[in-house]
Amino acid sequence: MITDSLQALSRALATKEISSVELTRQYLDRIARHNPQLNAFISVDEATSLAQAGAADERLAKGEGGPLTGIPIAHKDIFCAQGWLTTCASKMLSNFVSPYDAAVIARFKAAGAVLLGKTNMDEFAMGSSNETSFYGAVKNPWDATRVPGGSSGGSAAAVAAGLAAAATGTDTGGSIRQPAALCNLTGMKPTYGVVSRYGMIAFASSLDQAGPLAHSAADCALLLNTMAGFDERDSTSVERPREDYGRELAAAAGSRPLAGLKIGLPAEFFDDGCSPEVMHLVEGAIAEYRQLGAETVAVSLPSMQLSVAAYYVIAPAEASSNLARFDGVRYGYRAPEYQDLNEMYSKSRAQGFGAEVKRRILIGTYVLSHGYYDAYYLQAQRIRRLIAKDFAKAFQQCDVILGPTSPSTAFKLGEKAADPVQMYLSDIYTIAVNLAGLPALSIPCGFAGGLPAGLQLIGDYFTESRLLNVAHRYQQVSDWHLQQPTGFA
Amino acid sequence: MSLTLEQVHRVAHLARIEISDGEAQSTLGQLNEIFSLIEEMQAVDTQGVEPMAHAQDVAQRLRADRVTESGQSAQRNAFQEVAPETEAGLYLVPKVIE
Repeated sequence: MITDSLQALSRALATKEISSVELTRQYLDRIARHNPQLNAFISVDEATSLAQAGAADERLAKGEGGPLTGIPIAHKDIFCAQGWLTTCASKMLSNFVSPYDAAVIARFKAAGAVLLGKTNMDEFAMGSSNETSFYGAVKNPWDATRVPGGSSGGSAAAVAAGLAAAATGTDTGGSIRQPAALCNLTGMKPTYGVVSRYGMIAFASSLDQAGPLAHSAADCALLLNTMAGFDERDSTSVERPREDYGRELAAAAGSRPLAGLKIGLPAEFFDDGCSPEVMHLVEGAIAEYRQLGAETVAVSLPSMQLSVAAYYVIAPAEASSNLARFDGVRYGYRAPEYQDLNEMYSKSRAQGFGAEVKRRILIGTYVLSHGYYDAYYLQAQRIRRLIAKDFAKAFQQCDVILGPTSPSTAFKLGEKAADPVQMYLSDIYTIAVNLAGLPALSIPCGFAGGLPAGLQLIGDYFTESRLLNVAHRYQQVSDWHLQQPTGFA
Repeated sequence: MSLTLEQVHRVAHLARIEISDGEAQSTLGQLNEIFSLIEEMQAVDTQGVEPMAHAQDVAQRLRADRVTESGQSAQRNAFQEVAPETEAGLYLVPKVIE
């Protein structure tokens, strides 16, 4: 039951094969058993989750359930949930019990899903390994000496180890896709503006986007159907007619379901920056896609190599502004001792933020300061335009772009923690997508040395449904996404 | 380009983050490594390229200027419950005007 797809769980709940309370209990027991080893959750509240499950069972009994009613889902601790500790994995918010629900939380509540707990993450979503969390690093279920990726590492580890049926994440520079790749999951970052950011603690507002982490593309489509939608409380929420993101998955298909699809292979994704083992698996997936009827074309994203540099100006600049709100006045941590107002600010922030968050605030403050704005911030925004134009040009030649998600499989805990630049470069294949605002997902494409690798598919704006279908067709003929780590029976 | 210790202190002050001399010293090294990565941008000729501030080129929506929330005082209480220090519906901070 624990490893079933969301669709199968939904059927089992609808036919009373299992109740939501029983299902939720199973996951809670698994969390109690395995979380001490993985550290994937920051908060679990059994009574609240079971009460929600009971309410879901009543709804199901009346025949008023939807596809996610009664299904236990874990949420990244970046989403405010009323009555729940919402920490963003920071000491700064270690005492913050949210007085309101984020739009994403409210939407899952309305769908009758059970809030199973809040997952660990990099502090304020700043990191690629989950090692910057105030609550300690998360371990990768495939190898507990390795990182699960980040920043949505707790969500990824929880789903991979069967501690949640699915989870939410956020992706500012790869924070859904990279942990999905490192933990053998399917994870999607939708087009910027598709999912409301209301109540989602801001890191870099022009890049942040929420999305699902689950085993399959079919599961992600179900989750996105609940998460997506216009919200006037988010000024960048996109007003579009509702759509069923799983609509293409249901279509019957012959042996060549992707005939006519053009897959772009950017030269920049296939250079020597990627480890040979991961590249070998990506090439295996490309061969599979040709079998499915897709055609591959060479494309180029020449400005992509500048994406990490531009990102580490834009994201810290926006972060330095967003995180100015944490001043010890209205919520969160306040230093115990100070002489005056300025000292209260500077001590509260010095004590409340971790090293990586401070580093990024300092970078952001510097690039926005007088005399440096044009050379850094404006130049980064111009490069952002060049990157977006590269993608626009590539999408004149192809329907989706394919490449590795991460240049390597999961690295060792501590391996890159002392070297920020090496850590930043591990997001080389994912960052450009956020700068352009495009949708992308990562799907499992095999194992190297017992560790999973991810394949990234990038689509043009608002083509989530097609992307999910392209992922789904591969998952119909492969079983990488069904592999489970051992030790979590 | 390389930052000086003085600049690190100045930026930390602007960001309102207290920083010791020792921390500033180690931060300086890390920031300089990060900036050497960022400097790659400077080699690119971007003359005439329109800066891109946002993923979607859309204008901000406007709304009527009226109250849309209800139960303001209950809401205010709920939001002030998580504040470090409040009194009579106000946030308390150290005295700024003598």
